[in-house]
Amino acid sequence: MASIQIEKLEKSYGHVSVLHGVDLNIEDGEFIVLVGPSGCGKSTLLRMIAGLEDVSRGEIRIAGNRVNDLHPKDRDIAMVFQSYALYPHMTVAQNMSYSLRLRKIAKEKIAAAVSAAASKLGLDPLLERRPKALSGGQRQRVAMGRAIVRQPKAFLFDEPLSNLDARLREQMRAEIKKMHGDLKATSIYVTHDQIEAMTLADRIVAMHGGVVQQVGSPLELYDRPANLFVAGFIGSPGMNFLAATYSAGSVILANGTRIALETVPALAPGESVTLGIRPEHVVVVNDGSGMQATVELVEPTGFGIILHLSLHGLPFKVFTLDRGALNYGSQISVRFPSQYLHLFDSSEERVA
Amino acid sequence: MTNAVGTMRGHQSRKPWLKRLASASEPWLYSAPSLILIVAVMLVPLVVGISYAFRDIQLLNPFSGGFIGLQHFRDLAKDAAFYTALKNTLWWTGASVVLQFFFGLVLALLLDKPFWGRGIVQALVFLPWAVPSFLAGLNWAWLFNPVIGPIPHWLFALGLMDQPDNILSDPHYAMWGPIVANVWWGIPFFAITLLAALQAIPRDLYEAASIDGANWFQRFWSITLPFLAPTIAITVLLRTVWISNFADLIVVMTGGGPADRTQIVASYIFTQAFKRLDFGYASAIALVLLVLLLAYSMLIVLLRQTLLNKD
Amino acid sequence: MKRSILPTIAHRLAILCYVAFALFPLFWLLKVSVTPNDLLYSEGVRLWPSRTTWDHYAFVLQHSAFPTFFKNSVIVATSTAVVVTVCASLSGYALSRFSFRAKYVIIALMLLTQMFPLVMLVAPIFKILSPLGLTNSLTGLVIVYTAFNVPFATFLMQSFFDGIPKDLEEAAMIDGATKFIAFRQIILPLTLPGIAATLGFVFTAAWSELLFALMLINGNAAATFPVGLLTFVSKFSVDFGQMMAAGIMALIPAALFFLLIQRYLVQGLTAGAVKG
Repeated sequence: MASIQIEKLEKSYGHVSVLHGVDLNIEDGEFIVLVGPSGCGKSTLLRMIAGLEDVSRGEIRIAGNRVNDLHPKDRDIAMVFQSYALYPHMTVAQNMSYSLRLRKIAKEKIAAAVSAAASKLGLDPLLERRPKALSGGQRQRVAMGRAIVRQPKAFLFDEPLSNLDARLREQMRAEIKKMHGDLKATSIYVTHDQIEAMTLADRIVAMHGGVVQQVGSPLELYDRPANLFVAGFIGSPGMNFLAATYSAGSVILANGTRIALETVPALAPGESVTLGIRPEHVVVVNDGSGMQATVELVEPTGFGIILHLSLHGLPFKVFTLDRGALNYGSQISVRFPSQYLHLFDSSEERVA
Repeated sequence: MTNAVGTMRGHQSRKPWLKRLASASEPWLYSAPSLILIVAVMLVPLVVGISYAFRDIQLLNPFSGGFIGLQHFRDLAKDAAFYTALKNTLWWTGASVVLQFFFGLVLALLLDKPFWGRGIVQALVFLPWAVPSFLAGLNWAWLFNPVIGPIPHWLFALGLMDQPDNILSDPHYAMWGPIVANVWWGIPFFAITLLAALQAIPRDLYEAASIDGANWFQRFWSITLPFLAPTIAITVLLRTVWISNFADLIVVMTGGGPADRTQIVASYIFTQAFKRLDFGYASAIALVLLVLLLAYSMLIVLLRQTLLNKD
Repeated sequence: MKRSILPTIAHRLAILCYVAFALFPLFWLLKVSVTPNDLLYSEGVRLWPSRTTWDHYAFVLQHSAFPTFFKNSVIVATSTAVVVTVCASLSGYALSRFSFRAKYVIIALMLLTQMFPLVMLVAPIFKILSPLGLTNSLTGLVIVYTAFNVPFATFLMQSFFDGIPKDLEEAAMIDGATKFIAFRQIILPLTLPGIAATLGFVFTAAWSELLFALMLINGNAAATFPVGLLTFVSKFSVDFGQMMAAGIMALIPAALFFLLIQRYLVQGLTAGAVKG
């Protein structure tokens, strides 16, 4: 296992730049999740670490050694592909042992490694099958088995669960987490699914437009998103945003409502800001003390209820565990507890 | 693959030049054997062949070989046999391509539907393609021969002929002999390419169209044809060029006769080169044919571009 | 759902017509080749003679140079098929997997080679091969045929490679393979149908080639089947039975090869079509 350092990493194809100077320090044994919408550069970053894409500028170090010019085969990393990329003409056992056979490891050692990995993943009865004869979940397991058999310096995952159905995805997610707990292997995991990011990561790297937006633990990103992008991307349903103006320790919404802030940000009065609050933090009040809103749509998820509101003509969401919400009338009032408010300035950065 | 591009653009100062050279030359190493062969055995001789068009090259004449400029082309402009051959080429190519394409398309559509024994049927109907072209020519020449072939007798029995004669020696119908042989021989080519294209059409499109109430012809017209169009365009183009150059059947079946009625440009070149051993003149004709075919291909490609841009 | 049986009948009938049209000339070849000479004219249009004989085959095999022609053709067609497939696998791989500046120049050159009458090359090729001692030699034929078939075979192989996901190679490289080992151990085995198709296609083409075989070879020692058959036809133009027996024998290897590979041919073109 090893640490990985990424310094001022850039990638461009001709004149099109897709990564603009990424810095990242990955500790030995850490589980890092790169998350962001498609096209944000997360897969490119992963492929550069793997050596499948050339580095345009900057440096990648694995275990302290610069690997920019190393062929993928010499980087001692393993990767799980979205398509699994299992070799169709090899059995499960051959797929898993391919890397060891290339390294000319003794046969007995290979057999031991394969059977250990297979029993860990429950693949023992499938070892002689071809990938064609496996289900999606089984293929996914083989892809994982192929990675862990080698005990590489680091594991790379490129959206490994996105081809599975929801139930299986949940199950594999837990298994990956458990496996990481056992192996304590440095892992970099790319996904566009924020739930996967939240549940798996030691630290999340949120990316957008080829730039790292925020690096931090899942709860840090949830509690203190660094900017509008992260605030909107993490959490489901997504955070509500309201345009407002700052005025001495409070903000004034477009409709004139004044909301007091807990902390005083360094802003000039009259500056326009964006107020954010997560749907699950909004409180529905029946005493008429809050802001009036119209209920447009009620979505029960079973666990809770999502209310789609219109707040002075703007869409607004509330998530509540109170089943009583099903019977609300068309008019309700809502209140924003001040400890849950997020404030972003005009350059979309967090200020409070 | 972006490797090569990345290598050229990025990080020029730090990457060792040897490694850059190695990765830039990789595709060349893979293509080298093929390229060397093509250049040495096709392109160099092609250039030499083109130069012959401007020289006096007669195999049996030791004094030949001199540069004669455009003399061959001036002769060609006055060569009535050449114009006949040009006209015959149009007729031969047009009829062959249209018939091969039509029957090939129908066959591909028939084979696209699963039925019991499709594998073996497919193998059998594609078999003519495996028949060496000269043998196909001989075979059909024999079939048209009233002495041993059944076709003249059938035509006679159907009342299409006054007496069981060989149509290959009938100046009016002789061209149909090689054309029939060519259609027989070439249907599989179209059927194979079109079948491959048909099988690549997503099946759910047909299901969606059926649910929308489209009948077979509407489905064919609105789904199958548009999907096949690119394949059709490229195969018809390649095939037209290829058939224009394809002299084997005519050389074997009629030798261009009777009275040059089946002489196409390709067989005329063959005659000039190997019967009269006048390679200079043959090269000049071949060059003209090449230019015509290139012009035709350009025209089709341009036409396709304008049609695509219109959409 | 109730379906009319009529379209099915029409479909089968149409198929039957095609099979009949495709096979009849070959059947006739076979029929005449086993018809005894004395029945050839009296039973000219009968579908099958009242008596059959293998005499024509026996004569061709024993009293002509056909065994030599056969051997030469097998050598030439097999070597050409193997060499072309190796070259085309490499160049098809380059066209499929690399983007380099000259790629489109190479494709254009290969297309150009498909455009002109090959007759034009006879004299220049003769002039080039002659001082090298490669005229009147099977090696010379193999070189020429290889060059002629490489462009199309390259396109064919390229479409097969295009059908193989790039992920597999990348996975192999991460597993510790060099690019060439990934090509050999992962990509090539998956291209076996493509290789079979290319082998068969080229074998058939080389087996059938007449023009250059005629021009580059003189004398029976290095003559291939097509040349042999053609000289046979002009020499024995009265004996149809023997000619057709020779024709049937010329046909068998090419037909066998083709029957084995024809479904891969469709498969390979489909792979290309999906991508394009």
